[in-house]
Amino acid sequence: MSATAPGAPAPDPTDAVPGGPGAGLAAERVSLRDAARRLAEGDLGSLRVVLVLVVIWTIFTIANDRFLTAVNLTNLALQIAAVGTISVGVVLVLLLGEIDLSVGAVSGLAAAVTATLSVKSGWGAWPAILAGLAVGAAIGLLQGTLATRLGIPSFVVTLAGLLGWQGALLAVLGSEGTVNISDPGITKLAGTFFSDVVGWLVAAVCIAAIALSTLGRRRRRLAAGLEVEPVAAVALRVGAAAAGILAAVAIVNADRGLPLALVILVGLVVLVQGLITRTTYGKHVFAVGGNAEAARRAGINVARVRTIVFVLTSTLAAFGGILAASRLLAVNQSSGSGDLLLLAIAGPVIAGVSLFGGRGSVWGALLGALVIGSISNGMDLLALESSVKFMVTGGVLLAAVALDAIGRQRRQAHGRL
Amino acid sequence: MTTETQAGASRAPATDGALLRLRGISKRFGAVQALSAVDLEVHAGEVVALVGDNGAGKSTLIKAVAGVGPADEGEIHLDGRAVRINNPHDSAQLGIACVYQDLALCDNLDVVDNLFLGREQTRGPVRGVPVDEITMEQRARELLDSLAVRTLRSVRAEVGTLSGGQRQTVAIARAMLGEPRIVILDEPTAALGVAQTAQVLSLVGRLRERGLGVILVSHNLADVFTVADRIAVLRLGRNGGEFPAESRHQQAVVSAITGAPEDGGPTPNDEEAIE
Repeated sequence: MSATAPGAPAPDPTDAVPGGPGAGLAAERVSLRDAARRLAEGDLGSLRVVLVLVVIWTIFTIANDRFLTAVNLTNLALQIAAVGTISVGVVLVLLLGEIDLSVGAVSGLAAAVTATLSVKSGWGAWPAILAGLAVGAAIGLLQGTLATRLGIPSFVVTLAGLLGWQGALLAVLGSEGTVNISDPGITKLAGTFFSDVVGWLVAAVCIAAIALSTLGRRRRRLAAGLEVEPVAAVALRVGAAAAGILAAVAIVNADRGLPLALVILVGLVVLVQGLITRTTYGKHVFAVGGNAEAARRAGINVARVRTIVFVLTSTLAAFGGILAASRLLAVNQSSGSGDLLLLAIAGPVIAGVSLFGGRGSVWGALLGALVIGSISNGMDLLALESSVKFMVTGGVLLAAVALDAIGRQRRQAHGRL
Repeated sequence: MTTETQAGASRAPATDGALLRLRGISKRFGAVQALSAVDLEVHAGEVVALVGDNGAGKSTLIKAVAGVGPADEGEIHLDGRAVRINNPHDSAQLGIACVYQDLALCDNLDVVDNLFLGREQTRGPVRGVPVDEITMEQRARELLDSLAVRTLRSVRAEVGTLSGGQRQTVAIARAMLGEPRIVILDEPTAALGVAQTAQVLSLVGRLRERGLGVILVSHNLADVFTVADRIAVLRLGRNGGEFPAESRHQQAVVSAITGAPEDGGPTPNDEEAIE
């Protein structure tokens, strides 16, 4: 990336004259280091996780020839839909530098509410789903208010939530302990596959949207006299996105077709990524995660920003739980428990969302879920025991967090907190 | 009508010429009386240096004006009108901008995002959606150019990667974005090198040329005498005297700060000012 802005009257070298020799030297060193830093931790953060994914897929493809098949990859997409949806919300709390340990329990409880209303109370699919989402939103509002107004660490509030909502799940399910979902309005969430034509149409629309928005923004920047990326870089980025989309659709079309669950997950990622990068509110989320005191002094209502994030996170967790129930066709006492919570948090962290707040992208939810889902799926194919699965997943998580910590240390060493 | 004709300062004339007038400001933290009946005046196009030893109440006073820590007692007049400042929002509404010593920048955001933090530009019918990055970037460029800031390589550089002087510049530019009438600078040159200090001081001079009232809090008397028009001394939470910023008053200012008689020996802090 070019460091010098076109139109800037005095680039670094001339500026070094009033700034003295020290200032000039520092500027030069920064620009050199800048390039290295970007490579190590900055712009290529998501490329890093893509590389990890390539390595994992290569290993499993070599180990088992059924891994890289259309059937299995479609299964993988279905497997990650629920945890990926929960992770989208987790990214938001992580951006604040907070944590939500209750997402697993909330997903189970919301699914139980939806299932119970649908099966036992005879509610329609949409009212039941909306009720489940409302339960999630209400829980988020409660936990967010407790965490921000009373100043209780979110870790503790949501840890209490983890226990409490699991109890509520058992209470909702009652003595039977299981509710089987039969309403097609709910089960079709995870059970719908689009025809090949629709799949290709979706791909075409996505690619056109990416290309048009990228070119449109570039044209507006040019018109405004601002610096733009070189054409080659834009072409490369749009081309890579198009290739990825086409490959994905080709794969799922070779099996049952484009799953609705995957469309929902990717749609949510795009929507929430737009929320945090294109709206005032999203800017405030990053600001609060980076320096809450600075945000407060800038007149941002920090408590409101935080509370809304907790509401969104719990609502997305609820939706993830409903997706999981739709796939399982049932809600039982173990819904939302087990490793779901940890995987939902581990995914974004593996994909480079910082645990320290203020850095990350919602795409991390998708990529992280893909990494964790691939490990789990691949090891299932190899018929490895749970013991190995847990240890390998733990190892990958630890490596990812270590990378995050190293990146942070390096930034601190360079005087960038 | 006052005779201050600087653009931006002419919109609401003060009856007595003072843009900002503080009267009897008091503030107490538990058992500690941080400020007792402090007065201060700032005129448009004037740099008033607020000096004093550690614990003299400088920070407490500016926090009261900035609304971060409202005063317990006292009156604040803007253009001769009594105003209430209970939170940072009130202060910003009144056209008072404050640049804190810790700068309050978000290191994870770029220069543009920091400049517009809390007042992002948007386009489109819905409030807050979508953020208009292009207008913000253009305005950031214009603002930095108008302040003759040429030290920044890119307005999209992450603020965490900038030097101390650059960060100070961003913080001051940020304060200017709200088109304030009064800018409070808290120790803007602390921890800066010689060249960077000169850059920041010339920036302060440019704020005065624009007709702003500037309150400059500083420990460094050399800086104060370089850039200020008037020096207000705080001592132990009270007014300790006011001096024109002429070099012949240096000894008097030092005495007012330390409370020592004028022939008292210089404290280490003042050696550079006394030369």
